[in-house]
Amino acid sequence: MKVLNKKNIITLVLILVFYSVIQGLISARVINSFYEITIATICINIILAVSLNLVTGFTGQFSLGHAGFMSIGAYAGALTVMNTNSTMGFLAGVLIGAIAAAFVGIIIGIPTLRLKGDYLAIATLGMAEIIRVVFLNMNDITNGAAGLNGIPRYANWLWLFVFTAVTLILINNFIKSSLGRACISIREDEIAAESMGINTTKYKVMAFSIGAFFAGIAGALYSSYFYFIKPDLFGFMKSIDILVIVVFGGMGSITGSIIAAIVLAVVTTFLQSFAALRMIFYALLLIIIMIFRPQGLLGTKEITDLFKFKKKSEKIE
Amino acid sequence: MSLLSVEKLTKSFGGLTAVSNVNMKIEKGELVGLIGPNGAGKTTLFNLLTGVYVPSSGSIKLNIDGNEKELGGLKSYNVTKAGLARTFQNIRLFKDLTVLDNIRIAMHQNVKYGLTSAFFRSNKFYEEEVRLMKEAEQLLDIFKLTHKKNELAKNLPYGEQRHLEIVRAMATKPVILLLDEPAAGMNPNETLELTNTIAQIRKDFNLTVLLIEHDMSLVMKICERLYVLDYGTLIASGAPSEVRTNKRVIEAYLGEDV
Ligand SMILES: Nc1ncnc2c1ncn2[C@@H]1O[C@H](COP(=O)(O)OP(=O)(O)OP(=O)(O)O)[C@@H](O)[C@H]1O
Ligand SMILES: [Mg+2]
Repeated sequence: MKVLNKKNIITLVLILVFYSVIQGLISARVINSFYEITIATICINIILAVSLNLVTGFTGQFSLGHAGFMSIGAYAGALTVMNTNSTMGFLAGVLIGAIAAAFVGIIIGIPTLRLKGDYLAIATLGMAEIIRVVFLNMNDITNGAAGLNGIPRYANWLWLFVFTAVTLILINNFIKSSLGRACISIREDEIAAESMGINTTKYKVMAFSIGAFFAGIAGALYSSYFYFIKPDLFGFMKSIDILVIVVFGGMGSITGSIIAAIVLAVVTTFLQSFAALRMIFYALLLIIIMIFRPQGLLGTKEITDLFKFKKKSEKIE
Repeated sequence: MSLLSVEKLTKSFGGLTAVSNVNMKIEKGELVGLIGPNGAGKTTLFNLLTGVYVPSSGSIKLNIDGNEKELGGLKSYNVTKAGLARTFQNIRLFKDLTVLDNIRIAMHQNVKYGLTSAFFRSNKFYEEEVRLMKEAEQLLDIFKLTHKKNELAKNLPYGEQRHLEIVRAMATKPVILLLDEPAAGMNPNETLELTNTIAQIRKDFNLTVLLIEHDMSLVMKICERLYVLDYGTLIASGAPSEVRTNKRVIEAYLGEDV
């Protein structure tokens, strides 16, 4: 039961191997800078999708404003790194962006998540729009509609990889804890959960603000990697983009979100010269999923389920 | 003081008074039945006791060893913490989760680690998860569900789903157990097993039980005392033999004068 148990060591080794392989391909120029952008997008989208999945897939709270939290992280991160221009400043920016987003998540979550039903969808939709308009009008700080340009690029492939891995580990740990099970019970049956002693409002707000926290991280990484942000990048369509990844991969499957983020990013890269086609493709994809596989690619399954039947007696996971 | 004292409890939905001025006392260790025709207000009374509804007026007092607590208006999870656990008339299991997880969720309120431990898997996390697993397995063992531990709740046969609901309620470590029509839809065999389970709960856990049930033979057989509701009001109470011959009860069940 130590931190250095067999399972954690295997995870660590897998992470290092994965990183080395991609890094090797980049060094050997198999992956050129064009595809590096795709890889960066994949990392950021994985963080966004997994954090939204915690809220929507695991806790069952339908949120339509994830891009709003992302934009808070993006602006907070961008402004911090522009004013400090150092790696430390970049990391501080990521942290500040994440905390700011989580804070807004708590403020929005407390009044809306107490209600049962789908009020949250409307509230988050409104919230994201308000955040966008606020950034649009804070001309002195955010440069309004023109956006912030020339943000120092400290986010590189290494940092993106580190933050993605840390996000996956932390959210996975949370979901597989008693607190995570409390969140899942709300999705399953809110009234039963409450009758079994679960303070449902508390865990909904918790999941929601953790989701916002990691969306904030994704936003800060985005601003530093792509060195340009403007309010319109974080509109309703961006929230839908993230939701599509979650639904496509499977509500309640982290593995699904990862696979979907990769598949959709690759497809988008190939459709790049036909921007209009992309939206049609997304719409078609959603319709096809809803008809043939409403639970998404993986449903609630995880890759680790594959190994489970071998050791059914395994104690804690 | 009685373990549970309900006084002048009333609940109105708009013009309809579903529970009206109900008084009720339950002593420690009793098995009390709550009966009445369809729509009499039995489930509504349960929902009031367990915090699903806020009473329009009246009080619900729980007295555990001299510590008195008003339950009326508390949130469900606080009522559960205070010691009342329930099952539902329409089964409300966590369907897509395993039997084990259904139990572990009901044990969550006593888990002693927080967000940081969950994120970083501290020693406290492992300690508590091991304890939780041990207690859950014990409970499954006592109630003969060990072989179903990793099955999804929705895949259990009907009778076992009802059984699991009772076990899940037990996992919250209640003082009083409220069962809403636990025998509904069961065949005679399953009903017999249910009777055994209830007997076992009372013997091994020293629990007080309040039971809503339509199966009269079951009620008459196992309950020590009955309350009868009709149109939201209590029309009779007492030993099963007394209630059975009560004129108002017969009228309520048969509609009009006999
Ligand atoms: N949330 C609600 N809103 C409005 N009316 C309600 C509500 N809940 C219950 N009622 C009404 O209150 C009355 C009592 O219902 P309740 O479910 O308590 O009856 P019951 O005794 O449990 O009946 P059954 O034996 O059929 O389960 C019914 O007329 C019902 O329609
Ligand atoms: Mg009922």
